[in-house]
Amino acid sequence: MSGDTRHIRLFIGLGIVVLLLLGKIFSLQILEGRYKEDADRNSTIYETIYPTRGVIYDRNGEILVGNKVAYDILVSPREVQPFDTVALATVLGVEPSFIRARLQEYARRRSSIGFQSVTMLRMVPAETYMRFDEVKYRFPGFKGQVRGIRDYPVNAGGNLLGYVSEVNQDYIDSHPGLYRSGDYAGMTGIEAAREADLRGEKGYHIYLRNSRNQIEQPYKDGAEDKEAVPGHDIVTTIDATLQQYGQQLMQNKVGSIVAIEPSTGEILALVSSPGIDVEQLADIGKHYNEIVQNPYKPMYNRAVQASYPPGSVFKLVNGLIGLQEGVLKPSYTYPCYQGYHFGAGHKLGCHSHKSPINMEESIMMSCNAYYCYVLKNILDNKKYANVAEALDAWHEYVESFGFGRKLGSDFPAELSGSIPTSRTYNRAYGRGRWNSTTVISLSIGQGEILATPMHLANLCATIANRGYYYIPHIVKASEGVEIDPRFTEKQYTKVDTTHFSKLIRGMWRAVNSGAGMGGTAWVAHIDSLDVCGKTGTAQNPRGADNSVFICFAPMDNPKIAIAAYVENGGFGATYAAPMASLMVEKYLKGTVKRTALEERMKNADLMSRVKTN
Amino acid sequence: MITEGAIPQRRLRQSIDWALVGVYLVLLLIGWISIYASIHSTGPSSIFAWSARSGKQFVWMLTALGLGGLILFIIPPKIWEALPIPMYLAVLGLLVLVIFVSKDVKGSHSWFELGPVKFQPAEISKITTSLLLAFVLSQQNFKMGRFKDFVLAVLVIAVPMLVIVAESETGSALVYAGFIFVLYREGLSGWWLGLIGLVIGLFISTLTLGAYWSVIVLLGVLVVSTSLSGGDFWKKLGLGGAFVLLMAFLPSAWDAVCAWVQGRMDWMANVAWVPAAGESQTYFWSFLLKVKPIYILLALSILAIPPLARYAYRKRDGFMAVALATFVAGVLLVFSADYIFQEVLQPHQRGRIEVLLGMKEDLSGVGYNVNQSKIAIGSGGMFGKGFLQGTQTTFGFVPEQSTDFIFCTVGEEWGFVGCLVVILLYTFLIVRLILDAERCRGKFTRIYGYCVAACFFMHLFINVGMTVGLMPVIGIPLPFLSYGGSSLWAFTVLLFIFLALYRDEKKYF
Repeated sequence: MSGDTRHIRLFIGLGIVVLLLLGKIFSLQILEGRYKEDADRNSTIYETIYPTRGVIYDRNGEILVGNKVAYDILVSPREVQPFDTVALATVLGVEPSFIRARLQEYARRRSSIGFQSVTMLRMVPAETYMRFDEVKYRFPGFKGQVRGIRDYPVNAGGNLLGYVSEVNQDYIDSHPGLYRSGDYAGMTGIEAAREADLRGEKGYHIYLRNSRNQIEQPYKDGAEDKEAVPGHDIVTTIDATLQQYGQQLMQNKVGSIVAIEPSTGEILALVSSPGIDVEQLADIGKHYNEIVQNPYKPMYNRAVQASYPPGSVFKLVNGLIGLQEGVLKPSYTYPCYQGYHFGAGHKLGCHSHKSPINMEESIMMSCNAYYCYVLKNILDNKKYANVAEALDAWHEYVESFGFGRKLGSDFPAELSGSIPTSRTYNRAYGRGRWNSTTVISLSIGQGEILATPMHLANLCATIANRGYYYIPHIVKASEGVEIDPRFTEKQYTKVDTTHFSKLIRGMWRAVNSGAGMGGTAWVAHIDSLDVCGKTGTAQNPRGADNSVFICFAPMDNPKIAIAAYVENGGFGATYAAPMASLMVEKYLKGTVKRTALEERMKNADLMSRVKTN
Repeated sequence: MITEGAIPQRRLRQSIDWALVGVYLVLLLIGWISIYASIHSTGPSSIFAWSARSGKQFVWMLTALGLGGLILFIIPPKIWEALPIPMYLAVLGLLVLVIFVSKDVKGSHSWFELGPVKFQPAEISKITTSLLLAFVLSQQNFKMGRFKDFVLAVLVIAVPMLVIVAESETGSALVYAGFIFVLYREGLSGWWLGLIGLVIGLFISTLTLGAYWSVIVLLGVLVVSTSLSGGDFWKKLGLGGAFVLLMAFLPSAWDAVCAWVQGRMDWMANVAWVPAAGESQTYFWSFLLKVKPIYILLALSILAIPPLARYAYRKRDGFMAVALATFVAGVLLVFSADYIFQEVLQPHQRGRIEVLLGMKEDLSGVGYNVNQSKIAIGSGGMFGKGFLQGTQTTFGFVPEQSTDFIFCTVGEEWGFVGCLVVILLYTFLIVRLILDAERCRGKFTRIYGYCVAACFFMHLFINVGMTVGLMPVIGIPLPFLSYGGSSLWAFTVLLFIFLALYRDEKKYF
């Protein structure tokens, strides 16, 4: 082969190599976009401007959750030079081993951290920060950053408000583009439910930096900078005074009080006891374990999560269904021989009261036997082919009151409770192997019925409204904050509105008949306020009965509907009724005159009765 | 500068290849500007400031031009043809000496430090090796086909190369591999180029694809090349190709067979396939499951070698014999590749190759340079960010940016267009050198021209390839662009000796 053709071959080889290089360069510069982004990440530094988180107000404009200033200590691992670990630890008030451990961790993650800063210490109080600020020149790579943290001027509604804490990786992943490691977000309660309104929008200032992370100049003279947009304030429906009062009444008791404004569905107070103190909320990281390990589960929001048997309060629902189905008339009287006798020697007991009684009196005196007849008439109604069909019809009625399902409140983590259907009993006893007497305890709100205090408060509001309710909610519409239109729509039950007033008279008489007349809730009486109420005493397999009470006031044009549920509190009239009544007095009158009762309620300690395991 | 009155001006202008000089000057300027851009943020604002690299480079440039003028106009060109042996030996001596007297610079012992001046004898060695190679190959009685002559030529290249490897400057040593193209031009069989390519290819494929596929690749290459030489094209290609294809499907087929046997192990063991085999039958099946496809492939290949060898002997098919030997050697290489990789290469070299081959991603360690370099170039886009506007360039994200990674500055600030221009300038330089060399009547000048072209080619390919992630990180400069006096001088001398020789030759025609 002669040299004449060999240099041509070499040219071809050269051409291939040159094309290879140019092709690769073309692909890097033109085809792959990621390098431009990488370059920006490399050479620009985004100084995040954190927005002020929205303030949470109560319905009267009182601040429930505000903001105050704290500092985070940040580290840029690549800038750190050998320093006196002990000195820094002393200034920051931590152990030297803590700083060493963190720096080792950053060294391990150095490739992912790169030139960025990471947060080493959070929420350092201002005094500590000032000390650090004086000596920070000795610790290159460490710097402070102002952060707003939550501030709670009144001790009201810890559980309700929820806490704000640092986001974890799962949270970041499930909210793409919104959070970065080290950001805070509402994790429970209103903080979580209205996170989108409260958080605002982060802004940033962009600076050019060199490879040693030194800032060179503002990028494009700040033309690309974005200012932070503060979060929207949230106005809640809560009445801070009432909420705080409810918490005081419930202290050292386990249970819940829910107060609703019937005409709007706005939740006035949502007490869950024992609850989280706002002091703990402010520094949740420190108290988290303590809260979680508390055997009474303060994190557990009983108002919307605890499923209890409603007890006699549920007689109202059965009565309404009976009226609607036409199997009950207010004039019907039934006898009560210390209870309802059925089958061979079975009896559903009742307390002693006069007999026979009509519907109004049955509510006033809370007769068990009367409602056994009512339920039996509902379930054995010839209109239905069998008891199963009748029970399912009953179930539909009950569900229309919001029972057995989530009410759809704007409050997170609401639970549905449960209301049995024919399938429940078919599964338990077998198809056709049960009848109305098998399920007779449903008549008095026992057995397979479970409802949350919120359900009971909603029932009370429905009765107060004579037949409809608004979905209970906790956030009011305000400037920049919209609420779902469903909260302004009347929700009707499947019972005609005409039937409700027939029961209300009984509820009025339960409270206002005076001592000795047989009314179960005379303790709830408040002068010049027509309180209407219904007691309940629900069996608790884990000890003493639960004390239950619902009431609304005034009778005409009601302003407040309340459900109180006190675990192991005994009769409805023992704790729940006085508490609910005091709440009504506090809300409608402003001051409580019945100070002796108030003191007795506040000071009662039922914790020893409550079994925690 | 032009002082020699003996040569008439017209002659001078005609006999010098001004195009080469022009490209040289343009590259020099691009380099200077890029160096200024690379150190812009940390240095003072003037491009001439002595305290900064751009100012120093300006001085290196002026001295380099002086050096060029000296070679072109004052030093008699005949010297290069007359003294290559002593120069070669002297530089070789320096190469060895530097190992013992130099300081450790990032693990390598290759720099002489004379006060403020540092230089690498490896840079000059390229010149003397080129000269000696041109000298040896241009001897009247030199024949590439003769074994003794061939070994001599290889020794001229290999001796400095090995010494440089001993200095731990593997990158510079790699440039010497480019001289193989010179040997090729002067009559070395093209198969040698192919063979070297095959060895490199096998090495890489073993590390990335594993032994089995490397052997398949080796088989495929050998089948095609054997078919192309000698007779029986279709017969060889058909049989060989079928075997290679069959073997390519073997691993998945064998997996399926094994899974099938595994599922019926009990049944298989109990059927009396061979009466009275008894217990041993179970052993057979479990043995079968342990056999890997690579064993089958090798067993079949070994079985095929004797008949193929007999065929080669009967047909006097020398190529087939060589191919068989290559196969055996290739398989040995494949199985020793891991050993070479783990034991012979140094950890930092291993790391660079692992990153290049995508075996390991380490963006903060070994991969940092390449990644930053790709970011700088990649962010340039079509037209670049403009002079002094490159953020990566200005703020020093790419290490060694004014020396080995100078191409990043071009890529970031001038974009694809800038890269294209620079690469085309080099391509022009290389092509022009080869064309000039081809035009020479004297063998010495021609071969020397090829040597120069080969050096530039290797530097271009390795350096630019490194910055864009096509090659492992090998620290060698980009000629004329990279900062550094000694490399600039060395490349200038390398080029201008050719210009002087070429001019000398043209004077007579």
